[in-house]
Amino acid sequence: MNIFVLVKRTFDTEEKIVIANGKIQEDGAEFIINPYDEYAIEEAIQVRDAKGGKVTVVTIGGEDAEKQLRTALAMGADEAVLINTEDDLDELDQYSAAIILAEYLKDKEVDLILAGNVAIDGGTGQVGPRVADLLGINYVTTITDLEIDGTNVKIVRDIEGDSEVIETSLPLLVTAQQGLNEPRYPSLPGIMKAKKKPLAELELDDLDLDEDDVEVKIEIVDIFLPPQKAAGRVLEGELSQQVKELVNLLHSEAKVV
Amino acid sequence: MANKVLVLGEVRDGVLRNVSFEAVAAAKQIADGGEVVGVLLGDSVTQLANELITYGADRVVTVEHPHLKAYTSDGYSQAFLAVYEQEKPEGVVFGHTSLGKDLSPKLASKLKSGLISDVTEIEGSGEDAVFVRPIYSGKAFEKVKIKDGVIFVTIRPNNIKPLDKNASLTGDVASISVDVQNLRTIIKDVVRKATTGVDLSEAKVVVAGGRGVKSSEGFEPLKELANLLGGAVGASRGACDADYCDYSLQIGQTGKVVTPDLYIAAGISGAIQHLAGMSNSKVIVAINKDPEANIFKVADYGIVGDLFEVIPMLIEEFKALKVNS
Ligand SMILES: Cc1cc2nc3c(=O)[nH]c(=O)nc-3n(C[C@H](O)[C@H](O)[C@H](O)COP(=O)(O)OP(=O)(O)OC[C@H]3O[C@@H](n4cnc5c(N)ncnc54)[C@H](O)[C@@H]3O)c2cc1C
Ligand SMILES: Cc1cc2nc3c(=O)[nH]c(=O)nc-3n(C[C@H](O)[C@H](O)[C@H](O)COP(=O)(O)OP(=O)(O)OC[C@H]3O[C@@H](n4cnc5c(N)ncnc54)[C@H](O)[C@@H]3O)c2cc1C
Repeated sequence: MNIFVLVKRTFDTEEKIVIANGKIQEDGAEFIINPYDEYAIEEAIQVRDAKGGKVTVVTIGGEDAEKQLRTALAMGADEAVLINTEDDLDELDQYSAAIILAEYLKDKEVDLILAGNVAIDGGTGQVGPRVADLLGINYVTTITDLEIDGTNVKIVRDIEGDSEVIETSLPLLVTAQQGLNEPRYPSLPGIMKAKKKPLAELELDDLDLDEDDVEVKIEIVDIFLPPQKAAGRVLEGELSQQVKELVNLLHSEAKVV
Repeated sequence: MANKVLVLGEVRDGVLRNVSFEAVAAAKQIADGGEVVGVLLGDSVTQLANELITYGADRVVTVEHPHLKAYTSDGYSQAFLAVYEQEKPEGVVFGHTSLGKDLSPKLASKLKSGLISDVTEIEGSGEDAVFVRPIYSGKAFEKVKIKDGVIFVTIRPNNIKPLDKNASLTGDVASISVDVQNLRTIIKDVVRKATTGVDLSEAKVVVAGGRGVKSSEGFEPLKELANLLGGAVGASRGACDADYCDYSLQIGQTGKVVTPDLYIAAGISGAIQHLAGMSNSKVIVAINKDPEANIFKVADYGIVGDLFEVIPMLIEEFKALKVNS
C-alpha cells in the first residue's frame, strides 16, 4: 500500500501565545507534530505493518519542520518530504496549502492518505477534505477506527460524541480523531535509523506551481489575545453555606441558571 | 451593497439545530439588507422550512431525495451545489458542527474559494464584514476577511445570538430536484453514546469532571446535575485517559472547545490544554479540594472542597431553586 501522511509542525500545547508587532512570536517556543497528526502517523505505520507498503510523511513548511519529519521517521515512517515554501511565498492559507499538497500527491498513485482532523494552531480542519476533493478521492473525517480488507474499508467515525459506522473503499483520505490509537514514542534505534532515511526537499518550482496558482483567498486583519479574566471569587465559610451562596450568585448575579 | 446569502439548515433527529438559527442571524449581517435564503437537504425536510423563516430567513429552497436521508459529503455536496448554481449567492453560512466541518471544505474546494471556519463573532456587515475566530484553540484570536469571491463561513455554536422568533413571518418555500448519485460512503449504523442527549458544543451548561472524579461511577452525580440544568457532561483528558468516560467528552486543546453560559469544573486541575477548551465560557465554577489548583485562576466562583460532598449539595440547592421559581 502506498500511504501518505500529512503532517504539520505546530506550537507545543504547553506554550502561551505572545503577540508582538501583530504577529505570533515563535522565538524560544517549543514545536511539536500536531497531536492529531501523531495519530495519523501511528495508524499509517500500523496499516503498513499489517498490509505491507510504504509510509511517506509530507509537510509544507520551512527548514525548521525537518525536525518534526525526522520524528515521524523515527516513529517508523519510511520517507519524508518537505515542501519548502519559505522563499516563494509570504502567505499560505488553507486553499493554497491544499493545492500544493494535492499537486504533490496527484501522480503518486496513493492508496491511503491520513491527516489530522484539525491543526491545533490554525484550527480550521479544512486541509484534509480539500486535498481529497482536489485529488477526486473520497474522504472520511474524525475517524476513531479503521479496518482495511482489500480495497474495502470499514470506519468508525466520531460525530459529536456519537459513532457512525461507515463502509467505503480505497483510495481514500481519512482524518484522525483522538481515540484512534496510542501513538508510539520514537525508540532509540528508531531515532538512529531515522537519520539515514530519505528526506526530500521540494519547492514550488518542482511542483510546476506558480505563485499565482496559490494566491491566498483570505486576509488576516488582526491577531489579538482574549481579554484576561479577572481573578474570581473563592467562596468562604461553611461548605453548605458556600453551596447556597454559589447557587444564589449563579441565579441572581451571573443570571446563568 | 446588499448580498444574497445561503444558510444551510442542519437537521438532527427531525428538528432544526439551534446553530442554524444562529447561522441565519450571521447571514443577515453578511447580507446587509440583502436576501437570506435557507437551504434544507434531506429525505423529508419541507415541513421545517417555516421555522427557518420565523427565525429570519426570507425564503427556503429544499432538496429532497432518499439519498439525502443520512449525511454524506458526496450527497450533500451535489445537492448544495445545485442550489448554489441556481441562486448564485455572495455569501454562504454553515454551522461549525460535525456536518459543517466535514462538508464546507469540500464545497470551498469545488468553488475554488476561501473558507473562514469556526467564527465566533462578526464585526461590521456586508462586504466590510470582518470575522473573528479562535486560533491556537482559543489562546488567541484572529480577525479575517475573504479577499475575493464568495464569503463562505462556518460559525461556532453558542456564540452568535439568533434573532427572536417571529411566528408571523412568511416566505416562499421552493424545492428543486437533484439526481443525487454515486455516493462513495455508506452509513451502516449510528451508535448513540452522548450521555444526556444535549450536544456538548451547543450546551448552555456543561458539568465537567476530571481525574478527581476517580471512576466512571463518580460521573453519575455530575450527570444528574447536568440533566437537572439541561446541560451536558464533559471531561478532562485526565478523566478520559483513566477510562472514566469516552474521549468524545474530552474538552480542551485536543478535544472539544466549548463556550457555554455556565461551565462547572469538578476535580479538574486546570492544565493549559484544558483551559484552551473552556476558558471562554461565560461563567466558570471550579470545585477542587486543592486551593492552589490552576483552575481557580480562570474561575469566576470557586469552592475549595470535596466534589463528592459539593455536587450532591448543589443538586439539592438547584432543585430547591427550581421549586421556588
Ligand atoms: C492569509 C493567511 C496567511 C498565512 N500565511 C502563512 C504563512 O506564511 N506560513 C504559514 O506557515 N502559515 C500561514 N498561514 C496559516 C496556514 O494557512 C495554515 O496553517 C494552513 O493552511 C493549515 O491550516 P490549518 O492550520 O487550519 O490546518 P487544518 O486544516 O486544521 O489541518 C488539518 C490537517 O491538515 C494537514 N495539514 C495542515 N497544514 C499542513 C501543512 N502545512 N503541511 C502538511 N499537512 C498539513 C495536517 O494533517 C493537519 O492535521 C496563513 C493563513 C492565512 C489565512
Ligand atoms: C498534547 C497534549 C494535549 C492535551 N490535550 C488535553 C485536552 O484537550 N484536554 C485536557 O483536559 N487535557 C489535555 N491534556 C492533558 C493535560 O496536560 C492534563 O494532564 C489533564 O488536563 C489533567 O486532567 P485532570 O485535571 O482531570 O487531572 P489532574 O491534573 O490529575 O487533576 C485532578 C484534580 O482533581 C482534584 N481532586 C482530586 N480529588 C478531588 C475531590 N474529591 N474533590 C475535588 N477535587 C479533587 C485535584 O486536586 C486535582 O486538581 C493534553 C496534554 C498533552 C501533552
